[in-house]
Amino acid sequence: MNAVSFQNVTKTFASAGRSLQALKGVSFDIEEGEFFGLLGPNGAGKTTLINILAGLSRATSGQVSVCGFDVVKDYAKSRQALGVVPQELVFDPFFSVRETLRIQSAYFGLRRNDAWIDELLANLGLTDKADANMRQLSGGMKRRVLVAQALVHRPRVIVLDEPTAGVDVELRQTLWQFIAKLNKEGHTVLLTTHYLEEAEALCNRIAMIKQGELVALDRTSALLAGTASTMLRFKTDHALPVDLAAKARVTGRIVQLPARDALEIETMLGTLRQAGCQIEDLEMGRADLEDIFLNIMHGQKPGQGVPA
Amino acid sequence: MSFLVGARPLFVKEVLRFWKVSAQTVGAPVLTAILYLLIFGHVLQDHVEVFAGVSYTRFLIPGLVMMSVLQNAFANSSSSLIQSKITGNLVFVLLTPLSHRAWFAAYVGASLVRGLAVGLGVFVVTAWFAWPGLAQWWWTVIFATLGGVLLGALGLIAGLWAEKFDQMAMFQNFIIVPMTFLSGVFYSVHSLPPFWHTVSRFNPFFYLIDGFRCGFFGVSDVNPWESLAIVSVAVLGVSALALHLLKTGYKIRH
Repeated sequence: MNAVSFQNVTKTFASAGRSLQALKGVSFDIEEGEFFGLLGPNGAGKTTLINILAGLSRATSGQVSVCGFDVVKDYAKSRQALGVVPQELVFDPFFSVRETLRIQSAYFGLRRNDAWIDELLANLGLTDKADANMRQLSGGMKRRVLVAQALVHRPRVIVLDEPTAGVDVELRQTLWQFIAKLNKEGHTVLLTTHYLEEAEALCNRIAMIKQGELVALDRTSALLAGTASTMLRFKTDHALPVDLAAKARVTGRIVQLPARDALEIETMLGTLRQAGCQIEDLEMGRADLEDIFLNIMHGQKPGQGVPA
Repeated sequence: MSFLVGARPLFVKEVLRFWKVSAQTVGAPVLTAILYLLIFGHVLQDHVEVFAGVSYTRFLIPGLVMMSVLQNAFANSSSSLIQSKITGNLVFVLLTPLSHRAWFAAYVGASLVRGLAVGLGVFVVTAWFAWPGLAQWWWTVIFATLGGVLLGALGLIAGLWAEKFDQMAMFQNFIIVPMTFLSGVFYSVHSLPPFWHTVSRFNPFFYLIDGFRCGFFGVSDVNPWESLAIVSVAVLGVSALALHLLKTGYKIRH
Protein backbone atom coordinates (compact mmCIF):
# COMPACT_ATOMS: atom_id res chain seq x y z
CA MET A 1 0.00 0.00 0.00
CA ASN A 2 1.15 3.54 -0.72
CA ALA A 3 1.99 5.73 2.25
CA VAL A 4 0.87 8.81 0.33
CA SER A 5 -1.07 9.06 -2.89
CA PHE A 6 -1.87 12.16 -4.94
CA GLN A 7 -4.30 11.62 -7.85
CA ASN A 8 -4.93 14.46 -10.33
CA VAL A 9 -4.80 17.08 -7.62
CA THR A 10 -5.76 20.57 -8.71
CA LYS A 11 -6.09 23.66 -6.60
CA THR A 12 -7.42 27.00 -7.73
CA PHE A 13 -7.27 30.02 -5.46
CA ALA A 14 -9.88 32.61 -6.30
CA SER A 15 -9.69 36.06 -4.80
CA ALA A 16 -11.00 39.45 -5.89
CA GLY A 17 -12.23 38.12 -9.22
CA ARG A 18 -8.85 36.69 -10.21
CA SER A 19 -8.09 33.03 -10.01
CA LEU A 20 -4.72 31.39 -9.69
CA GLN A 21 -4.22 27.75 -10.50
CA ALA A 22 -1.64 26.67 -7.95
CA LEU A 23 -1.77 22.97 -8.82
CA LYS A 24 -2.58 21.70 -12.31
CA GLY A 25 -3.30 18.01 -11.91
CA VAL A 26 -0.47 16.56 -9.86
CA SER A 27 -0.27 12.78 -9.49
CA PHE A 28 2.35 10.66 -7.74
CA ASP A 29 2.61 8.04 -5.01
CA ILE A 30 5.06 7.60 -2.15
CA GLU A 31 5.68 4.05 -1.04
CA GLU A 32 5.81 2.98 2.57
CA GLY A 33 9.30 3.42 4.03
CA GLU A 34 10.57 5.82 1.36
CA PHE A 35 12.56 8.98 2.06
CA PHE A 36 10.97 11.17 -0.57
CA GLY A 37 11.96 14.67 -1.68
CA LEU A 38 9.56 17.22 -3.13
CA LEU A 39 11.49 20.01 -4.81
CA GLY A 40 10.58 23.13 -6.68
CA PRO A 41 11.22 26.86 -6.67
CA ASN A 42 9.28 29.24 -4.41
CA GLY A 43 5.65 29.42 -5.44
CA ALA A 44 5.73 26.11 -7.34
CA GLY A 45 2.97 24.61 -5.19
CA LYS A 46 4.93 22.44 -2.73
CA THR A 47 3.36 23.87 0.40
CA THR A 48 -0.10 23.88 -1.20
CA LEU A 49 0.32 20.18 -1.91
CA ILE A 50 1.43 19.49 1.66
CA ASN A 51 -1.41 21.58 3.07
CA ILE A 52 -3.91 19.50 1.09
CA LEU A 53 -2.26 16.33 2.40
CA ALA A 54 -2.55 17.61 5.98
CA GLY A 55 -6.13 18.86 5.66
CA LEU A 56 -5.08 22.49 6.14
CA SER A 57 -6.32 23.18 2.66
CA ARG A 58 -8.81 21.48 0.33
CA ALA A 59 -8.09 20.34 -3.19
CA THR A 60 -10.32 21.81 -5.90
CA SER A 61 -10.39 18.36 -7.51
CA GLY A 62 -8.57 15.05 -7.24
CA GLN A 63 -7.95 12.53 -4.48
CA VAL A 64 -5.31 12.47 -1.78
CA SER A 65 -4.79 9.70 0.75
CA VAL A 66 -2.46 8.80 3.60
CA CYS A 67 -1.93 5.06 4.25
CA GLY A 68 -5.06 4.41 2.20
CA PHE A 69 -7.25 6.87 4.12
CA ASP A 70 -8.80 9.67 2.09
CA VAL A 71 -7.79 13.03 3.59
CA VAL A 72 -11.35 14.38 3.29
CA LYS A 73 -13.67 11.41 3.88
CA ASP A 74 -11.44 9.63 6.40
CA TYR A 75 -9.68 12.70 7.80
CA ALA A 76 -9.44 11.42 11.37
CA LYS A 77 -7.53 8.29 10.30
CA SER A 78 -5.39 10.06 7.72
CA ARG A 79 -4.31 12.74 10.23
CA GLN A 80 -3.59 10.07 12.84
CA ALA A 81 -1.11 8.56 10.36
CA LEU A 82 0.49 11.90 9.49
CA GLY A 83 2.95 14.12 11.36
CA VAL A 84 3.60 17.51 9.82
CA VAL A 85 6.38 19.94 10.69
CA PRO A 86 5.02 23.26 9.43
CA GLN A 87 7.23 25.70 7.58
CA GLU A 88 6.33 28.70 9.74
CA LEU A 89 7.94 28.99 13.16
CA VAL A 90 4.77 28.93 15.26
CA PHE A 91 4.26 28.21 18.96
CA ASP A 92 1.71 28.65 21.74
CA PRO A 93 3.13 31.23 24.18
CA PHE A 94 0.99 30.02 27.09
CA PHE A 95 2.80 26.73 27.63
CA SER A 96 6.15 25.13 28.40
CA VAL A 97 7.80 22.65 26.04
CA ARG A 98 6.57 19.64 27.99
CA GLU A 99 3.05 21.02 28.33
CA THR A 100 2.99 21.70 24.59
CA LEU A 101 3.98 18.11 23.85
CA ARG A 102 1.54 16.64 26.37
CA ILE A 103 -1.34 18.67 24.94
CA GLN A 104 -0.40 17.66 21.40
CA SER A 105 -0.27 13.98 22.47
CA ALA A 106 -3.71 14.23 24.04
CA TYR A 107 -5.23 15.58 20.80
CA PHE A 108 -4.22 12.26 19.27
CA GLY A 109 -5.75 10.29 22.13
CA LEU A 110 -2.46 9.61 23.98
CA ARG A 111 -2.73 10.47 27.65
CA ARG A 112 0.35 8.77 29.05
CA ASN A 113 3.03 9.58 26.55
CA ASP A 114 5.87 10.84 28.75
CA ALA A 115 8.29 8.04 27.90
CA TRP A 116 8.11 8.86 24.21
CA ILE A 117 8.11 12.62 24.93
CA ASP A 118 11.33 12.18 26.92
CA GLU A 119 12.86 10.22 24.06
CA LEU A 120 11.89 12.96 21.60
CA LEU A 121 13.34 15.64 23.87
CA ALA A 122 16.59 13.70 24.23
CA ASN A 123 16.95 13.01 20.51
CA LEU A 124 16.34 16.64 19.62
CA GLY A 125 18.60 18.07 22.34
CA LEU A 126 15.69 19.61 24.25
CA THR A 127 15.91 17.79 27.59
CA ASP A 128 17.19 20.80 29.55
CA LYS A 129 14.52 23.03 27.97
CA ALA A 130 11.59 20.77 28.90
CA ASP A 131 10.18 23.14 31.50
CA ALA A 132 11.04 26.40 29.75
CA ASN A 133 8.18 28.46 28.39
CA MET A 134 7.99 28.46 24.60
CA ARG A 135 8.51 32.23 24.56
CA GLN A 136 11.94 31.89 26.15
CA LEU A 137 13.32 29.62 23.43
CA SER A 138 15.55 30.70 20.57
CA GLY A 139 14.37 30.22 16.99
CA GLY A 140 16.34 27.00 16.57
CA MET A 141 14.95 25.57 19.81
CA LYS A 142 11.40 26.44 18.74
CA ARG A 143 12.06 24.63 15.46
CA ARG A 144 13.08 21.51 17.41
CA VAL A 145 9.85 21.67 19.41
CA LEU A 146 7.90 21.84 16.14
CA VAL A 147 9.59 18.63 15.06
CA ALA A 148 8.82 16.97 18.41
CA GLN A 149 5.19 18.10 18.19
CA ALA A 150 4.83 16.49 14.77
CA LEU A 151 6.15 13.20 16.14
CA VAL A 152 4.30 12.86 19.46
CA HIS A 153 1.82 10.34 18.03
CA ARG A 154 4.48 8.28 16.20
CA PRO A 155 2.99 8.98 12.77
CA ARG A 156 3.66 6.44 10.00
CA VAL A 157 4.24 9.30 7.57
CA ILE A 158 6.40 12.29 8.53
CA VAL A 159 6.18 15.47 6.48
CA LEU A 160 8.90 18.10 6.83
CA ASP A 161 8.19 21.35 5.01
CA GLU A 162 11.54 23.13 4.73
CA PRO A 163 12.59 22.16 8.24
CA THR A 164 16.13 23.49 7.91
CA ALA A 165 15.32 26.93 6.51
CA GLY A 166 17.42 29.32 8.57
CA VAL A 167 18.70 26.83 11.15
CA ASP A 168 22.29 26.28 12.19
CA VAL A 169 24.51 23.40 11.16
CA GLU A 170 24.26 21.64 14.52
CA LEU A 171 20.47 21.41 14.43
CA ARG A 172 20.55 20.22 10.84
CA GLN A 173 22.89 17.40 11.81
CA THR A 174 20.81 16.46 14.87
CA LEU A 175 17.59 16.61 12.91
CA TRP A 176 18.77 14.53 9.97
CA GLN A 177 20.30 11.88 12.20
CA PHE A 178 17.03 11.52 14.05
CA ILE A 179 14.83 11.57 10.95
CA ALA A 180 17.10 9.06 9.20
CA LYS A 181 16.80 6.79 12.24
CA LEU A 182 13.00 7.03 12.16
CA ASN A 183 13.08 6.30 8.42
CA LYS A 184 15.16 3.17 9.06
CA GLU A 185 12.57 2.09 11.62
CA GLY A 186 9.95 2.17 8.86
CA HIS A 187 8.51 5.68 8.94
CA THR A 188 7.91 7.22 5.53
CA VAL A 189 9.41 10.69 5.15
CA LEU A 190 8.29 13.43 2.77
CA LEU A 191 10.69 16.35 2.67
CA THR A 192 10.63 19.69 0.93
CA THR A 193 13.80 21.71 1.08
CA HIS A 194 15.74 24.41 -0.70
CA TYR A 195 19.02 22.80 0.26
CA LEU A 196 19.47 20.46 -2.66
CA GLU A 197 22.55 18.79 -1.22
CA GLU A 198 20.33 17.66 1.68
CA ALA A 199 17.80 16.20 -0.72
CA GLU A 200 20.57 14.49 -2.68
CA ALA A 201 22.08 13.00 0.45
CA LEU A 202 18.83 11.88 2.09
CA CYS A 203 16.11 11.17 -0.44
CA ASN A 204 15.96 7.94 -2.41
CA ARG A 205 13.30 9.34 -4.73
CA ILE A 206 12.55 12.86 -5.85
CA ALA A 207 9.67 14.73 -7.45
CA MET A 208 10.12 18.19 -8.88
CA ILE A 209 7.26 20.56 -9.45
CA LYS A 210 7.21 23.81 -11.35
CA GLN A 211 4.25 26.19 -11.60
CA GLY A 212 1.88 23.56 -10.25
CA GLU A 213 2.97 20.75 -12.55
CA LEU A 214 5.11 17.69 -11.99
CA VAL A 215 8.21 18.03 -14.17
CA ALA A 216 10.35 15.18 -12.86
CA LEU A 217 9.80 12.05 -10.79
CA ASP A 218 12.51 9.46 -10.40
CA ARG A 219 15.02 7.80 -8.14
CA THR A 220 17.68 10.28 -7.10
CA SER A 221 20.41 8.12 -8.66
CA ALA A 222 18.55 7.96 -11.97
CA LEU A 223 18.08 11.73 -12.02
CA LEU A 224 21.77 12.22 -11.39
CA ALA A 225 22.71 9.73 -14.11
CA GLY A 226 20.42 11.16 -16.74
CA THR A 227 22.06 14.48 -17.41
CA ALA A 228 25.38 15.97 -18.49
CA SER A 229 27.54 14.15 -16.03
CA THR A 230 30.50 16.48 -15.69
CA MET A 231 30.77 20.07 -14.53
CA LEU A 232 33.70 22.31 -15.34
CA ARG A 233 34.15 24.88 -12.58
CA PHE A 234 36.58 27.83 -12.53
CA LYS A 235 36.91 31.44 -11.47
CA THR A 236 37.49 34.32 -13.85
CA ASP A 237 37.30 38.10 -14.02
CA HIS A 238 36.93 38.14 -17.81
CA ALA A 239 33.76 38.12 -19.88
CA LEU A 240 32.98 34.68 -21.31
CA PRO A 241 32.85 34.03 -25.05
CA VAL A 242 29.25 34.30 -26.30
CA ASP A 243 28.64 30.61 -27.06
CA LEU A 244 29.88 29.56 -23.61
CA ALA A 245 28.04 32.33 -21.77
CA ALA A 246 24.75 30.88 -23.01
CA LYS A 247 25.46 27.55 -21.32
CA ALA A 248 27.21 28.81 -18.18
CA ARG A 249 25.89 29.24 -14.68
CA VAL A 250 27.67 32.22 -13.14
CA THR A 251 27.75 32.98 -9.42
CA GLY A 252 29.92 36.03 -8.83
CA ARG A 253 33.37 35.04 -10.15
CA ILE A 254 32.50 31.33 -10.21
CA VAL A 255 31.57 29.86 -13.58
CA GLN A 256 30.09 26.38 -14.04
CA LEU A 257 29.79 24.74 -17.43
CA PRO A 258 28.06 21.39 -18.03
CA ALA A 259 29.96 18.97 -20.25
CA ARG A 260 29.07 15.56 -21.60
CA ASP A 261 32.61 14.21 -22.07
CA ALA A 262 36.33 15.00 -22.14
CA LEU A 263 36.20 16.19 -25.74
CA GLU A 264 33.64 18.85 -24.93
CA ILE A 265 35.81 20.02 -22.03
CA GLU A 266 38.81 20.31 -24.28
CA THR A 267 36.79 22.35 -26.80
CA MET A 268 35.59 24.67 -24.03
CA LEU A 269 39.07 25.23 -22.70
CA GLY A 270 40.24 25.95 -26.24
CA THR A 271 37.51 28.51 -26.75
CA LEU A 272 38.45 30.17 -23.46
CA ARG A 273 42.13 30.32 -24.40
CA GLN A 274 41.35 31.83 -27.80
CA ALA A 275 39.19 34.50 -26.20
CA GLY A 276 42.07 35.38 -23.84
CA CYS A 277 40.08 34.43 -20.73
CA GLN A 278 42.37 33.92 -17.74
CA ILE A 279 40.99 31.29 -15.45
CA GLU A 280 41.85 30.25 -11.87
CA ASP A 281 41.02 27.32 -9.60
CA LEU A 282 39.98 25.05 -12.45
CA GLU A 283 38.28 21.85 -11.37
CA MET A 284 36.06 19.18 -12.80
CA GLY A 285 33.28 17.54 -10.84
CA ARG A 286 30.21 15.41 -11.20
CA ALA A 287 26.97 17.24 -11.82
CA ASP A 288 24.94 17.41 -8.62
CA LEU A 289 21.25 17.71 -7.91
CA GLU A 290 21.45 21.47 -8.06
CA ASP A 291 22.61 21.33 -11.68
CA ILE A 292 19.83 18.93 -12.58
CA PHE A 293 17.27 21.03 -10.73
CA LEU A 294 18.29 24.16 -12.63
CA ASN A 295 18.26 22.34 -15.97
CA ILE A 296 14.78 21.03 -15.36
CA MET A 297 13.46 24.34 -14.05
CA HIS A 298 14.82 26.04 -17.17
CA GLY A 299 12.76 23.76 -19.34
CA GLN A 300 15.09 20.90 -20.18
CA LYS A 301 13.58 17.47 -19.78
CA PRO A 302 15.68 15.16 -17.64
CA GLY A 303 17.55 12.59 -19.73
CA GLN A 304 15.63 9.80 -18.10
CA GLY A 305 12.83 9.88 -15.65
CA VAL A 306 10.53 12.03 -17.74
CA PRO A 307 7.17 11.91 -16.00
CA ALA A 308 4.61 9.76 -17.74
CA MET B 1 -11.22 8.20 18.27
CA SER B 2 -14.28 8.85 20.34
CA PHE B 3 -15.74 12.32 20.59
CA LEU B 4 -14.76 12.90 24.23
CA VAL B 5 -11.18 11.66 23.85
CA GLY B 6 -10.69 14.42 21.31
CA ALA B 7 -12.68 17.23 22.87
CA ARG B 8 -11.26 16.85 26.37
CA PRO B 9 -7.65 17.90 25.77
CA LEU B 10 -8.69 20.91 23.69
CA PHE B 11 -11.16 21.89 26.40
CA VAL B 12 -8.47 21.52 29.09
CA LYS B 13 -6.01 23.54 26.99
CA GLU B 14 -8.56 26.31 26.49
CA VAL B 15 -9.31 26.44 30.23
CA LEU B 16 -5.60 26.49 31.08
CA ARG B 17 -5.08 29.27 28.56
CA PHE B 18 -7.28 31.70 30.47
CA TRP B 19 -6.51 30.29 33.91
CA LYS B 20 -2.78 30.98 33.50
CA VAL B 21 -3.60 34.68 33.12
CA SER B 22 -6.54 34.69 35.52
CA ALA B 23 -5.78 38.12 36.99
CA GLN B 24 -6.57 39.53 33.56
CA THR B 25 -9.29 37.10 32.50
CA VAL B 26 -11.18 36.62 35.76
CA GLY B 27 -9.94 39.22 38.28
CA ALA B 28 -10.24 42.28 36.05
CA PRO B 29 -13.86 41.68 34.96
CA VAL B 30 -14.89 41.11 38.59
CA LEU B 31 -13.33 44.45 39.53
CA THR B 32 -15.11 46.20 36.63
CA ALA B 33 -18.47 44.82 37.79
CA ILE B 34 -17.85 46.02 41.34
CA LEU B 35 -17.10 49.51 40.02
CA TYR B 36 -20.38 49.50 38.09
CA LEU B 37 -22.22 48.45 41.22
CA LEU B 38 -20.60 51.07 43.44
CA ILE B 39 -21.08 53.95 41.01
CA PHE B 40 -24.50 53.22 39.50
CA GLY B 41 -25.79 51.79 42.75
CA HIS B 42 -24.68 54.85 44.69
CA VAL B 43 -25.97 57.39 42.14
CA LEU B 44 -29.33 55.75 41.49
CA GLN B 45 -30.03 54.08 44.82
CA ASP B 46 -32.51 56.69 45.97
CA HIS B 47 -34.07 57.42 42.58
CA VAL B 48 -35.04 54.11 41.05
CA GLU B 49 -37.13 51.26 42.31
CA VAL B 50 -37.79 48.79 39.52
CA PHE B 51 -39.60 46.02 41.35
CA ALA B 52 -41.59 46.79 44.48
CA GLY B 53 -39.49 46.23 47.57
CA VAL B 54 -36.25 45.63 45.59
CA SER B 55 -33.62 48.35 46.07
CA TYR B 56 -31.73 49.47 42.94
CA THR B 57 -28.44 48.03 44.15
CA ARG B 58 -30.13 44.66 44.67
CA PHE B 59 -31.81 44.96 41.26
CA LEU B 60 -28.48 45.71 39.60
CA ILE B 61 -26.59 42.66 40.90
CA PRO B 62 -28.15 39.93 38.71
CA GLY B 63 -27.76 42.13 35.63
CA LEU B 64 -24.08 42.71 36.37
CA VAL B 65 -23.48 39.02 37.04
CA MET B 66 -25.15 38.03 33.77
CA MET B 67 -23.36 40.74 31.82
CA SER B 68 -20.05 39.40 33.13
CA VAL B 69 -20.98 35.84 32.16
CA LEU B 70 -21.91 36.93 28.64
CA GLN B 71 -18.95 39.20 27.96
CA ASN B 72 -16.37 36.78 29.30
CA ALA B 73 -17.81 33.75 27.56
CA PHE B 74 -17.63 35.71 24.31
CA ALA B 75 -14.14 37.00 25.03
CA ASN B 76 -12.75 33.53 25.72
CA SER B 77 -13.52 31.70 22.47
CA SER B 78 -13.18 34.77 20.27
CA SER B 79 -9.80 35.92 21.61
CA SER B 80 -8.38 32.41 21.69
CA LEU B 81 -9.30 31.79 18.06
CA ILE B 82 -8.19 35.14 16.71
CA GLN B 83 -4.86 34.92 18.57
CA SER B 84 -4.24 31.38 17.36
CA LYS B 85 -5.13 32.37 13.81
CA ILE B 86 -2.87 35.42 13.79
CA THR B 87 0.10 33.78 15.51
CA GLY B 88 -0.45 30.68 13.37
CA ASN B 89 -0.51 28.15 16.21
CA LEU B 90 -4.06 27.08 15.32
CA VAL B 91 -2.24 24.75 12.93
CA PHE B 92 -1.50 22.41 15.87
CA VAL B 93 -5.23 21.83 16.32
CA LEU B 94 -5.97 21.83 12.59
CA LEU B 95 -3.51 18.94 12.12
CA THR B 96 -5.27 16.71 14.65
CA PRO B 97 -8.07 14.22 14.02
CA LEU B 98 -10.51 16.30 16.13
CA SER B 99 -13.99 16.54 14.61
CA HIS B 100 -15.91 19.80 14.25
CA ARG B 101 -18.13 18.67 17.14
CA ALA B 102 -15.10 18.25 19.37
CA TRP B 103 -13.88 21.74 18.45
CA PHE B 104 -17.30 23.17 19.26
CA ALA B 105 -17.61 21.38 22.59
CA ALA B 106 -14.09 22.38 23.65
CA TYR B 107 -14.24 26.07 22.73
CA VAL B 108 -17.80 26.60 23.95
CA GLY B 109 -17.18 24.51 27.08
CA ALA B 110 -14.12 26.57 28.05
CA SER B 111 -16.03 29.80 27.35
CA LEU B 112 -18.80 28.60 29.62
CA VAL B 113 -16.31 27.80 32.40
CA ARG B 114 -14.75 31.26 32.16
CA GLY B 115 -18.16 32.98 31.98
CA LEU B 116 -19.40 31.09 35.03
CA ALA B 117 -16.15 31.65 36.96
CA VAL B 118 -16.33 35.41 36.42
CA GLY B 119 -20.10 35.46 37.06
CA LEU B 120 -19.65 33.57 40.32
CA GLY B 121 -16.85 35.94 41.34
CA VAL B 122 -19.02 38.98 40.65
CA PHE B 123 -21.94 37.40 42.53
CA VAL B 124 -19.89 36.54 45.61
CA VAL B 125 -18.37 40.01 45.85
CA THR B 126 -21.49 42.04 45.05
CA ALA B 127 -23.75 39.94 47.28
CA TRP B 128 -21.56 41.14 50.12
CA PHE B 129 -22.81 44.69 49.41
CA ALA B 130 -26.48 43.72 49.11
CA TRP B 131 -27.90 40.20 49.22
CA PRO B 132 -30.14 39.91 46.16
CA GLY B 133 -31.88 36.73 47.35
CA LEU B 134 -32.17 33.43 45.46
CA ALA B 135 -35.94 32.97 45.33
CA GLN B 136 -35.94 30.51 42.40
CA TRP B 137 -32.25 29.63 42.20
CA TRP B 138 -32.65 27.03 39.47
CA TRP B 139 -33.38 29.76 36.91
CA THR B 140 -30.02 31.36 37.69
CA VAL B 141 -28.22 28.12 36.86
CA ILE B 142 -30.22 27.50 33.69
CA PHE B 143 -29.93 31.01 32.25
CA ALA B 144 -26.27 31.49 33.22
CA THR B 145 -25.43 28.21 31.47
CA LEU B 146 -27.45 29.03 28.35
CA GLY B 147 -25.96 32.53 28.26
CA GLY B 148 -22.42 31.14 28.50
CA VAL B 149 -23.10 28.65 25.70
CA LEU B 150 -24.77 31.26 23.47
CA LEU B 151 -21.94 33.77 23.82
CA GLY B 152 -19.25 31.09 23.66
CA ALA B 153 -20.72 29.98 20.32
CA LEU B 154 -21.04 33.59 19.13
CA GLY B 155 -17.40 34.15 20.11
CA LEU B 156 -16.46 31.08 18.10
CA ILE B 157 -18.23 32.50 15.03
CA ALA B 158 -16.60 35.90 15.52
CA GLY B 159 -13.19 34.27 16.03
CA LEU B 160 -13.54 32.31 12.79
CA TRP B 161 -14.84 35.30 10.84
CA ALA B 162 -12.39 37.99 12.00
CA GLU B 163 -9.01 38.09 10.28
CA LYS B 164 -7.60 41.00 12.26
CA PHE B 165 -7.91 42.32 15.80
CA ASP B 166 -9.77 45.43 14.61
CA GLN B 167 -12.44 43.29 12.95
CA MET B 168 -12.85 41.49 16.24
CA ALA B 169 -13.13 44.80 18.08
CA MET B 170 -15.81 45.83 15.57
CA PHE B 171 -17.82 42.68 16.23
CA GLN B 172 -17.51 43.29 19.96
CA ASN B 173 -18.22 47.04 19.94
CA PHE B 174 -21.03 47.10 17.38
CA ILE B 175 -22.82 43.86 18.20
CA ILE B 176 -22.00 42.39 21.60
CA VAL B 177 -21.74 45.55 23.72
CA PRO B 178 -24.93 47.23 22.38
CA MET B 179 -26.88 43.98 22.70
CA THR B 180 -25.68 43.62 26.29
CA PHE B 181 -26.42 47.20 27.31
CA LEU B 182 -29.83 47.22 25.57
CA SER B 183 -30.91 44.08 27.38
CA GLY B 184 -31.91 45.56 30.69
CA VAL B 185 -28.75 45.14 32.75
CA PHE B 186 -29.20 48.55 34.36
CA TYR B 187 -32.98 48.95 34.12
CA SER B 188 -36.26 47.16 33.51
CA VAL B 189 -37.29 47.41 29.87
CA HIS B 190 -40.68 48.65 31.07
CA SER B 191 -39.06 51.98 31.84
CA LEU B 192 -37.99 52.37 28.19
CA PRO B 193 -39.83 54.40 25.51
CA PRO B 194 -42.10 52.15 23.38
CA PHE B 195 -39.70 51.99 20.40
CA TRP B 196 -36.73 50.77 22.45
CA HIS B 197 -39.03 48.50 24.41
CA THR B 198 -40.00 46.81 21.12
CA VAL B 199 -36.36 46.62 20.01
CA SER B 200 -35.41 44.97 23.29
CA ARG B 201 -38.02 42.29 22.65
CA PHE B 202 -35.97 41.10 19.64
CA ASN B 203 -32.78 40.86 21.69
CA PRO B 204 -32.14 37.36 23.06
CA PHE B 205 -29.85 38.87 25.73
CA PHE B 206 -32.92 40.57 27.22
CA TYR B 207 -34.54 37.18 27.88
CA LEU B 208 -31.30 35.84 29.35
CA ILE B 209 -31.07 38.67 31.85
CA ASP B 210 -34.77 38.76 32.63
CA GLY B 211 -34.95 35.01 33.22
CA PHE B 212 -31.74 35.12 35.26
CA ARG B 213 -33.14 37.93 37.42
CA CYS B 214 -36.27 35.89 38.06
CA GLY B 215 -34.05 33.34 39.80
CA PHE B 216 -33.11 35.97 42.40
CA PHE B 217 -36.35 37.90 42.94
CA GLY B 218 -39.01 35.46 41.77
CA VAL B 219 -40.42 38.24 39.59
CA SER B 220 -39.58 39.19 36.00
CA ASP B 221 -40.82 41.22 33.04
CA VAL B 222 -41.48 38.08 30.99
CA ASN B 223 -42.59 34.60 32.06
CA PRO B 224 -39.27 32.68 32.55
CA TRP B 225 -40.62 29.72 30.58
CA GLU B 226 -41.15 31.99 27.61
CA SER B 227 -37.61 33.36 28.06
CA LEU B 228 -36.29 29.81 28.26
CA ALA B 229 -37.99 28.89 24.98
CA ILE B 230 -36.67 31.97 23.15
CA VAL B 231 -33.12 31.61 24.52
CA SER B 232 -33.07 27.91 23.63
CA VAL B 233 -33.99 28.68 20.04
CA ALA B 234 -31.22 31.29 19.90
CA VAL B 235 -28.69 28.81 21.36
CA LEU B 236 -29.68 26.13 18.86
CA GLY B 237 -29.54 28.53 15.92
CA VAL B 238 -26.16 30.03 16.80
CA SER B 239 -24.71 26.60 17.66
CA ALA B 240 -25.89 25.18 14.33
CA LEU B 241 -24.20 28.04 12.50
CA ALA B 242 -20.97 27.65 14.49
CA LEU B 243 -20.93 23.88 13.85
CA HIS B 244 -21.53 24.45 10.15
CA LEU B 245 -18.64 26.93 9.90
CA LEU B 246 -16.32 24.52 11.73
CA LYS B 247 -17.37 21.62 9.53
CA THR B 248 -16.73 23.52 6.31
CA GLY B 249 -13.47 24.93 7.69
CA TYR B 250 -14.68 28.50 7.18
CA LYS B 251 -11.57 30.73 6.96
CA ILE B 252 -9.40 28.10 8.66
CA ARG B 253 -9.10 25.37 6.02
CA HIS B 254 -8.68 27.14 2.70
